[in-house]
Amino acid sequence: MAETMTSMQRVLTALSHQQADRLPFFLLVTMHGAKELGLSIKEYFSKAENVVEGQLRLRKKYRHDCHYTFFYAPLEIEAWGGEVLYCDDGPPNTAAPFLKSFTDIKNIEPPSRLADIPALRKVLQATTLLKERVGDTVPIIGVVKSPFSLPVMQMGFERYIELMYEQPDLFARLMRVNEEFCVDWANAQLAAGATAICYFDPVSSPTIISKEMYLKTGFAVAQRTLSRIKGPTATHMASGRCLPIVNELSETGTAVVGVSALEDLAELKRACKSKLTLLGNLNGIEMRLWSAAKAEEEVKKAIAEAASGGGFILSDNHGEIPWQVPDDVLLAVSEAVHRWGQYPLAWLDRQ
Amino acid sequence: MEKLIDDLTDALLSLDRIAVQKIIASASPNISPLSFVENVVVVALDRIGKRWQEGTVSLAQIYMGGRICEQLVDEILPPAAPERKNQPKMAICTLVDHHMLGKSIVYSLLRASGFELADYGSLSVQEVVERVKEDGLKVLLISVLMLPSALQIKTVKDLLNNSNCDVKIIVGGAPFRFDKNLWREIGADCMCENASEAVAVISKVMEEIHG
Repeated sequence: MAETMTSMQRVLTALSHQQADRLPFFLLVTMHGAKELGLSIKEYFSKAENVVEGQLRLRKKYRHDCHYTFFYAPLEIEAWGGEVLYCDDGPPNTAAPFLKSFTDIKNIEPPSRLADIPALRKVLQATTLLKERVGDTVPIIGVVKSPFSLPVMQMGFERYIELMYEQPDLFARLMRVNEEFCVDWANAQLAAGATAICYFDPVSSPTIISKEMYLKTGFAVAQRTLSRIKGPTATHMASGRCLPIVNELSETGTAVVGVSALEDLAELKRACKSKLTLLGNLNGIEMRLWSAAKAEEEVKKAIAEAASGGGFILSDNHGEIPWQVPDDVLLAVSEAVHRWGQYPLAWLDRQ
Repeated sequence: MEKLIDDLTDALLSLDRIAVQKIIASASPNISPLSFVENVVVVALDRIGKRWQEGTVSLAQIYMGGRICEQLVDEILPPAAPERKNQPKMAICTLVDHHMLGKSIVYSLLRASGFELADYGSLSVQEVVERVKEDGLKVLLISVLMLPSALQIKTVKDLLNNSNCDVKIIVGGAPFRFDKNLWREIGADCMCENASEAVAVISKVMEEIHG
């Protein structure tokens, strides 16, 4: 069947829990742009123009429904003065945490004049350039780390957990500082042309903290933060579970939740029905070794579990396709979505 | 014994250090420190690990509870206790990655379970190979968060094989939970689904080493 909607129309229809012409899918490719341009990962992310060209080529090749201005996870850490380590076959990683002790928290202030910070400026430039190219036909997804999850890179995971449990005053101060930065960074991306903001918040997942702790911490932070972001938001758990907290997630004001391959998609769909759109949950780690037939099988399975009635965007479960996933697999995923994701899902009704 | 295990499990999950202290004190007249660790602590930690895999316990609870447990077990079974020495030489590390939570949890839980091991922190492939050779390790645990680090373990394994190092490599971390065959692909000897499983896996490795 011929597709009749733009990617933007398709995604907005899914978000309103209606069936579009086809199931929308977000292939959240970042480093693959470097392969397309024949550049190293470090070189690729050194210029906004590279990422724009990479995103345009990738969408043409895989026919997915968004542009993704996520460069790499520790980019925000550069704004705080932290260091990023590059490697040849994976996403840049954060170097040693820059908050060396709890008392450092008393003295930090949120970065200001964000457009003057080189790392952030590249993202804003890429967003503006993409917006000029695609207008309102393709959603441009900007990314922020949640104020609640950023400290993993600011101070290290263990010390952050200790802070959360044992230093409530310093925890509160760190959240206030991070919230200011997160809101400013999200709104700067929206002003530059981003359609929506993906709020990465894996620490709020019940995989990492208990629901009881979440309600006192990550939930309250998300409610305060998302209400000040001047555009739609999607919360991504970056492979963490979310089923026990879907009601609370919907109360934070987010419209979408990025879900884990470790949870049952059909059960998630029932739990999120009419409240949240699901984004997920193809297993990006296993995907490296999929055959075309396996890719098709996994796409069909996800469609069968979650696509009926809208409220679902097919994607990977982490928010970043690993460098090691071959192009052939991504092409097979795309082909399967275009073949089996046309609404109405007549093949599914026949089954 | 069952009540002790239940009480310890609850106290650890509630991060109630005083309750854990009381449980250890109430058990001490009737049970040796090593027996308490093997029959109560290890079982409680195993239950907590399984509950994490089921999704009903969080990593933060395991980390904080593991720290309490490690410190209190140190008091009844000090690092120099003879019981701790009857084991292969072991160390744990991450590979070029400052995400240390998984490593720290495994380290604490193994120590709380009566094992002694070195913490190498974050090392490069070459550094970890050198340390294994220098220290004459028999068991190397590698905790990873990211796929590239997991794939680098293959290089570690190959370099150690080329050096005729007889060391077992035990791996764990998110990439191995999302791809159940990855540990074989990279040549590891065992994979742990959760931190507590490391205790059982190392006990099995010890049996193999000691014949």
